[in-house]
Amino acid sequence: MATEQTIAEGGAPRVPLLYDPRVRGIAYQVLVFVGLFAFVYWIIGNTTANLQRANIASGFGFLQGRAGFDIGDSLVAYSSDSTYGRALYVGFLNTLRVAILGIITATIVGFIIGIGRLSKNWLISRICLVYVEVFRNIPPLLVIFFWYFGVLSVLPLPRDSIELPFGSYLNSRGFYFPKFLWGEGAGLIALAFGLSLVFIWFVRRWAARRQAATGDQLPVLWISLGLLIGLPLLAFAVTGFPLSFEFPALSTFNLRGGVQVRPEFLSLYLALSFYTAAFIAEIVRAGVLGVNRGQSEASHALGLRNRPTLRLVVVPQALRIIIPPLTSQYLNLTKNSSLAVAIGYPDLVATGGTTLNQTGQAIEVVAIWLIVYLGLSLATAALMNWYNARKALVER
Amino acid sequence: MQEHDRSFVRTEMVADQAPPVSDHGLLSWLRRNLFANATDTVFTIIGIALVVMIVPPLVQWAFISAQWTGSDRTVCATLAQGGIQPDGWSGACWAFVDAKFQQFMFGRYPDEERWRVYLTGFLFVVLLVPLLIPSVPRKGLNALLLFGVFPIVGFFLLSGGAFGLKPVATPLWGGLMVTLVLAYVGISVSLPLGILLALGRRSHMPVVKLVCVVFIETIRGVPLITILFMASVMLPLFLPPGTSFDKLLRALIGVALFASAYMAEVIRGGLQAIPKGQYEGADALGLSYWKKTNLIILPQAIKLVIPGIVNTFIGLFKDTSLVYIIGMFDLLGAVRQNFSDANWASPQTPITGLVFAGFVFWLFCFGMSRYSIFMERRLDTGHKR
Repeated sequence: MATEQTIAEGGAPRVPLLYDPRVRGIAYQVLVFVGLFAFVYWIIGNTTANLQRANIASGFGFLQGRAGFDIGDSLVAYSSDSTYGRALYVGFLNTLRVAILGIITATIVGFIIGIGRLSKNWLISRICLVYVEVFRNIPPLLVIFFWYFGVLSVLPLPRDSIELPFGSYLNSRGFYFPKFLWGEGAGLIALAFGLSLVFIWFVRRWAARRQAATGDQLPVLWISLGLLIGLPLLAFAVTGFPLSFEFPALSTFNLRGGVQVRPEFLSLYLALSFYTAAFIAEIVRAGVLGVNRGQSEASHALGLRNRPTLRLVVVPQALRIIIPPLTSQYLNLTKNSSLAVAIGYPDLVATGGTTLNQTGQAIEVVAIWLIVYLGLSLATAALMNWYNARKALVER
Repeated sequence: MQEHDRSFVRTEMVADQAPPVSDHGLLSWLRRNLFANATDTVFTIIGIALVVMIVPPLVQWAFISAQWTGSDRTVCATLAQGGIQPDGWSGACWAFVDAKFQQFMFGRYPDEERWRVYLTGFLFVVLLVPLLIPSVPRKGLNALLLFGVFPIVGFFLLSGGAFGLKPVATPLWGGLMVTLVLAYVGISVSLPLGILLALGRRSHMPVVKLVCVVFIETIRGVPLITILFMASVMLPLFLPPGTSFDKLLRALIGVALFASAYMAEVIRGGLQAIPKGQYEGADALGLSYWKKTNLIILPQAIKLVIPGIVNTFIGLFKDTSLVYIIGMFDLLGAVRQNFSDANWASPQTPITGLVFAGFVFWLFCFGMSRYSIFMERRLDTGHKR
C-alpha cells in the first residue's frame, strides 16, 4: 500500500528548502530588516542634505535660545526673554492642567449621564440619550469652536460684565472669581485637613473590624463627613478666621484683581469635558449592564437592600468592566487637549509650534512632542493599570 | 327531602373585561415611567424644567427669530451693532449659511468646473449605495469598482490635468468635499493597512512583530495633530531635496497612517477572539498562511469587530476636521474662515455656522453608527459567546 510505504520509508518527508516554514520565516525577516534599514538610511541621507541646504544645525542647543514670544496663560514665571526650553515647559504645564481638570469633570459628568441613561425614569433616560448621541457624533474641534466663538466671545465687554454670585464675573475676557488670601495660621488648617484624612482612615478600619466581630454597623459616612468638615473648621476658628478675599473690581476698561480664567482655557476645558463625558457615559452604562442580573438578584435574596446591593455587589463588578476603556478615554482627552492650538491656548503643541516656526528645528520639536505625549500616555496607563489590578477579580 | 346541589357548575362564561386601568393606557404609563415614587417624581420635575429651559429658546433661536434671507450682515445684527434687528434680538443667521453654502461645500473650486465634483459625488453614491444594501448581488465587482476604479476616475475628475480637463490645484479644494475625500481615502487605506499591521503584530516572526508594535504604539500614543504636523513639516525633510509634495496628499498620508494604527488594534481584538481550534483546523486542512487568513480567520474576526471598525471610521471622519490646523479648509475650516468675512461679521454668524457644520458632521456620523447597528444585527448568526 502506498500509505504504508511512505510511513515505512520513515522520518519526516523532506521539504524543499524553498517551502520550509522556518527558512521562509528567516528569509522574510531578513527582507523586512534590509528594506527598513535601506528606507531609514535613505531618509537620514535626505534629511541631512535638506538640513544642510537650509543651514539648520541639529541638536537640542536651541532650547537655550531666547524665545521672544509671549505666553498669555502661564502657571510659572515666564516672559519673552525666557528660553525656548522654558516656553515648552510652560506649555507642558498648561497641557497637564487642562488634562487633569478635564479628566475630573468629564468623569463626574460622564458618570451622572451614564447612570441617568440607565434610569427607569423615561424622561431622564431620554435626555441623557440625546446628550450622548449629540456629543458622540460631532468633532471635538467643533465643540471647542462652539464654546470659544459661539458662546464666550459674544459675552459682553468687561464694563458690562455679567455678575455672578460670590463676587465673580463673566465677560468676553473670561471668568473672574475672588482670590483667596490666606493669612497667619493657614498652615494649621491644612494640617487639620490632613489629620482628618488620617482619622477617617482609622475610623473606617476600626468600623470594618467591629462589624466583622459584632455585626454592628457604624454610620461611617457621617462620621467621616463630620471629621472632614469639623476639624478644619475648628482649626479655622482657633486661628481666628485667617482668610480674606480679593474681589475682582471694575476699572475703566477691565476687571482688576481676583483670579482670571481666560476664555481659551475655559472653552478648551468645557469642550473636552463635555465631549469626553459622552463617551464615559456609554462606558459606564455598558459596565453596569455588563454585571449579570443574577448577581443583584442573589444579593436581594441574601437580604441586602438596594443600596448595599449597589455598593457591595454591582459597582465593584461594574468597575472591573469600566476601568480599561475609561483609561483609554482619559488618554484620548489628554491627546485631544492638543486641539488647544486652534484657539490659541498655549499648550505643549502650541508653544512647540511657535518654536518650530521660529527656529526651524522640526525634528527636535516633534521628538519632544513624541516623548512627552508617549510619557504621559504610559504614566496614565500605568496608574490605571495599577488601579485595575487592585480591582481585578482575584482568581484562585 | 330537598336535595341541595352544592356543586356549582358554570354554564356560561363571564364576559371579557378590559385590563385594569392601572395597568395600561396613558395614565399607567405615566405612573410607571415618570412618577413611580417620590424620587422619581422629583427627577421628572427636574427633567421637565431642563427641557423647558432648553427646548423653547432653542426653537425660538433656530426657527422663529431666525433670519432666512438677506444679502449681508445687517439682517443678523441689532440696531446697536449696525443692523436692522431690534435690540436684544437673538436668532440664527441662516442667511449667512445660505450665502456661503457653495463655499462650505466646495471651497474655492472654480464655478464652471463644479460639474466634475457633482459627477464624482454621483458616481460615489451610485457605487456606495448598492454595496451597503445586503440584498444587491455582485458585491465583489461593486467593491472593486468603488475601491479600485473609482479612486482613479475620481482623482482625474477632481484634479484634472488630463483628458482635456482643466487642472484644479488642491489649494482651491475645500469644504465638505475635502472632508469627504479625506474620509474616503482614510477609510479605504486604513482598513487594509490596519489588517496587515494587526496580522504583523500577531506574527511569530520577531522582526516583523517588533516593527508593527513600535509603529502602532507610537502613533496611538501621540495626538493626531503631531502626526499632521509631522506629515506637513517633516515629510518634505525626509524626501530628496527639491521634491515638492502636495499639501492635501501630506494630510492624507497623516490621517491614513493615524487611522490604520487604531484600526490595527481593533482588528487584533477580533483576531484574538477566534478560538485556537479555527487556526489548527485550517492548518490541518493544509491551507497556506494567506488562504487560512483570508478564508477562515479574517471573515470571522472582522465580523466580530464591526462595531469597533465603524467606531474607528466615525473617529476618522471627525478627525478630518483637524486638517484646519495645518492650514486646509475642510467643512469646519471653511466655516471658521468665513467668521472673519467683514460683510457677514455679527455676533450670531459664528454660532450659526458652527451649528450648521455640526449638523452635517452629526448626520454622517449618526448615519454610520445606525448602519453599523443594522449590520451587526444582520450578521449575528447566534454563535457569539
